[in-house]
Amino acid sequence: MNYSFDFSFLRDYWPMLAEGLVLTVQLALMATVLGFLLGTACAVASTSRSRILRGLVGLYVEIIRNTPLLVQLFVVFFGLSSLGLKFSATTSAVIGLTINIGAYSSEIIRAGIESIHRGQVEAGDCLALSRWQVLAAIVLPTAIEKVYPALASQYVLLMLGTSIASQISAEELTAAASRIQSDTFRPFEVFLVVAALYIALSFLMRGMFWALGQFAFTRRRRLGTPL
Amino acid sequence: MAALLGLSPAHWAALLSGLSWTVFLSLVGFLAGGLVGFGVALARISESAIVRRISLAYVNLIQGTPLLILMFVLYFGLPVLGLEMPPLAAACIAMTLFSAAYLGEIWRGCLEAVPRTQWEAADCLALARWERMLLVILPQALRIATPPTVGFMVQIVKNTSIASVIGMAEMTYIGKLINNATFQPFRTYLVIAALYFALCYPLSWLSRRLERKLNVAHR
Repeated sequence: MNYSFDFSFLRDYWPMLAEGLVLTVQLALMATVLGFLLGTACAVASTSRSRILRGLVGLYVEIIRNTPLLVQLFVVFFGLSSLGLKFSATTSAVIGLTINIGAYSSEIIRAGIESIHRGQVEAGDCLALSRWQVLAAIVLPTAIEKVYPALASQYVLLMLGTSIASQISAEELTAAASRIQSDTFRPFEVFLVVAALYIALSFLMRGMFWALGQFAFTRRRRLGTPL
Repeated sequence: MAALLGLSPAHWAALLSGLSWTVFLSLVGFLAGGLVGFGVALARISESAIVRRISLAYVNLIQGTPLLILMFVLYFGLPVLGLEMPPLAAACIAMTLFSAAYLGEIWRGCLEAVPRTQWEAADCLALARWERMLLVILPQALRIATPPTVGFMVQIVKNTSIASVIGMAEMTYIGKLINNATFQPFRTYLVIAALYFALCYPLSWLSRRLERKLNVAHR
């Protein structure tokens, strides 16, 4: 095998890669924030007393977790537009990714909520807190702190999943790579560079989630007690 | 012509052949990936620091890149180096490498979850290392590993859909073809989603059930 690597495409095409990278980060960020909110709401609903709410959330979570993201994006982008609901590729990607990650977040946060000792809730009741106050001040902060590592790695997986948005023509990093390789006929080099970018991005995200965790959950540092 | 859910019998025949390729690719991913993954799990807890570091690098490499990029590298990249790579082979290799990294990490966790004292007890009985692994650790780790392994099979089935991008004629690819012919994306993709659901839901259900059943020690 005498193949000479040629990375000179980087000189002409780096702005395209940079634009793709920015959109990838934006997609991941938006879907993470929106999906976290959706997931928290669904987790609260799935631990509520209403059987209808529990059933609806259960149905949503099972459907999303048992079908591929690629097909979900196709339904949102091609399917909804054929019904007259037209969104741009980027908007469709945000919608699809949010619906997807919302289901996973919901399951993780629900596990956190269910792991909280009843005594905590009863103590809140004794302090005459309303149900919403107990939820917002006691249950959710503790639950999210408990499942924070699981949530963080799910969101890193989501960032990698944004690559699938290239298939509905959202111009993120993978789509940029495909275009560059069809221009330059240097697929091996292009995809190696992009793979390296994704790896860097996933390490960066893990680092940021760690820092955010240090900032948001100070109990261990302040009190020296684990949950 | 009898049209079921707006799809003609010919469409359904194509979909079923796509379904069988999806199942085939999932099985390859699970079996070959499981084999390599077991090696990865052992390498991750090896006594040699170099082996540990290399296997960690492999896991970080695969878990840090999207499966789509892995498929692109294999399918578009390797032929440039002079390696013939049909979509089926690229998809099989990609699924194997992908599953091996994740299964390896899952199983490493399960091996490490077997209490330290069990390893020490096996050493005290003067068991060889392979005897310790085979007779003492694996039987206990198997119990811990079954629910997450079945759960990960769902991920494997779903991720085979990405092979459609490099032209492997599995279910999602057939779905795209049918959509190009019928211009009924909503209905077509809902049918595809339902078929994936039919494949994955039993596995999810089984995983949850096994977790309740086998998780006796932590109750």
